[in-house]
Amino acid sequence: MRLSRKAALILRAGVGVGLAFIYVPLLVLALYAFNSSSILKWPPPGLTLDWFGKALEDEFAREAFLTSLKAGAVATAIALALGTLASLAVARHRFFGRETISFLVILPIALPGIVTGVALSNTFTQVLGIDLGFFTVIVGHATFCIVVVYNNTIARLRRLSTSFEEASADLGAHTWQTFRFVTLPNLRSALGAGALLAFGLSFDEIIVTTFTIGAGEETLPIWIFRNLFRPNQLPVVNAVAVLVVLISILPVYLAHRLTREEGGPAAARGGAVEAEATAVP
Amino acid sequence: MGPGLDVDQGLSRRLASFFDGRPRLQVGALLAGPLGWLAIGYLGSLAILLIAAFWSVDPLSGEVVQGFSLENIEVLFDEPVYRSIVGRTVAIAALVTLTDALLAFPIAFYMAKLASRRGKALLLVAVLVPLWSSYLVKVLSWRTMLSSDGVIDWVLQPFGLHGPGYGNVAVWLVMSYLWLPYMVLPIYAGLERIPNSLISASEDLGAAPFTTFRRVILPLSFPAVVAGSIFTFSLTLGDYITPRLVSNNQFIGNVIFNNISNNLPLASALALVPIVVMVAYLLVARKLGAFEHV
Repeated sequence: MRLSRKAALILRAGVGVGLAFIYVPLLVLALYAFNSSSILKWPPPGLTLDWFGKALEDEFAREAFLTSLKAGAVATAIALALGTLASLAVARHRFFGRETISFLVILPIALPGIVTGVALSNTFTQVLGIDLGFFTVIVGHATFCIVVVYNNTIARLRRLSTSFEEASADLGAHTWQTFRFVTLPNLRSALGAGALLAFGLSFDEIIVTTFTIGAGEETLPIWIFRNLFRPNQLPVVNAVAVLVVLISILPVYLAHRLTREEGGPAAARGGAVEAEATAVP
Repeated sequence: MGPGLDVDQGLSRRLASFFDGRPRLQVGALLAGPLGWLAIGYLGSLAILLIAAFWSVDPLSGEVVQGFSLENIEVLFDEPVYRSIVGRTVAIAALVTLTDALLAFPIAFYMAKLASRRGKALLLVAVLVPLWSSYLVKVLSWRTMLSSDGVIDWVLQPFGLHGPGYGNVAVWLVMSYLWLPYMVLPIYAGLERIPNSLISASEDLGAAPFTTFRRVILPLSFPAVVAGSIFTFSLTLGDYITPRLVSNNQFIGNVIFNNISNNLPLASALALVPIVVMVAYLLVARKLGAFEHV
């Protein structure tokens, strides 16, 4: 569209302000991770790498990191299975209540995390008599991760012409063969992206986790949260935080790469943005 | 081919031929897992939460009594503390939503309609990365920036000013920061969907850029803004970590969390508030076309 010089300039300034707003806090935190003093006074008096060494040596932080990895892996596996099944049903079949499925899948992240957390914790402890622990964390995480996988696969399935699957059936392949040799290969990168994003979501989650985790366990966000209030641990927390950001950027970047080939920039979140109600966590 | 594989293939073939031509059975098999998890497990938990709001706590033993009592609901309506907490939370959620809409629109508009292909991809990554990088880390960085020794006060001091410190303003700032990408993405998608020919037509018919914006672009992208607002609003309603880290004020989330271990029925009753507010919000959003649009 045509814009006057002044309007274009104002718009550019708006974009700049928005981006600065997004990035300045992250840069400030990154700088603090190198702060040579253990007091968080601005500006930092000098720079050091010590806190990263201390962060890597911290036994509890390492333990929490492993717990987060394990929880993320199992939750992602569950979400991958359930999300793919649901998307296949919705994209390839007609049945009563089909529209409701998308709504149901989105609900765990459309409702505030605290609601999901209280509801699950209540059911586990009061009704099922299950003690909170690693298992209950995984159930919570898988519940809100399904949507990410679902959105990515359903967006791909909708773009994928059914004529391939019909051709496969006409040539005598049975349902499973068609899925295994025609549908699945076409879904692979969408599933990969969905899995990476689901893992990222689980790795980062804290609100549902605080309600479903047992007393003896810690995921990495929980470790950060508990150590925030200990002044002498704070520099180590900053270093861990920077490492966490670096680790969580990786899957997002990979997911973006994986879905880039099919239709442009919206692809990484594309499933969400294009297909359903922008289901971001 | 080993014998084991043969058996396996025979089984999968038999299974598949059982499903062939039985679409209902196929749907059933596909949906059993997801529906079992979400409809029975998740919706079931929400239903139990609704019921738990009517339970009570035995004042002597502190045990949960699974009977029917309106005690918690009455407390919710009668205690002025809770009314002011609900009011504060909803007000901040509305403010955050408005702030994010104002900040997100120029970015989304630039991305969708003005940036080059490359610029678009770059900006998208720039918005996406912070969306997925640690929530807690972002709150933590604001906590340090807003502290009395922090960078905000340091920048403002030469001008004889000082920052907001911890409090409601801090909560508003940090929440706006946290949920901004959730607003940018749907607006961007909504704007992408407006054909450029419509904008050209408006220009060719003599509309000034601002008129085109007001009469063509804004009405067409408004449902996308509403869609984004679902997330900014809902996330603000439920967050209890941010208020704890950058203020001393209580929000709905805080009172829910504080009651979960010693008064679960009251926590459940309190959790109904964000559910009711969100259901009302979603109904209005649907009327405004947010669901079809995004």
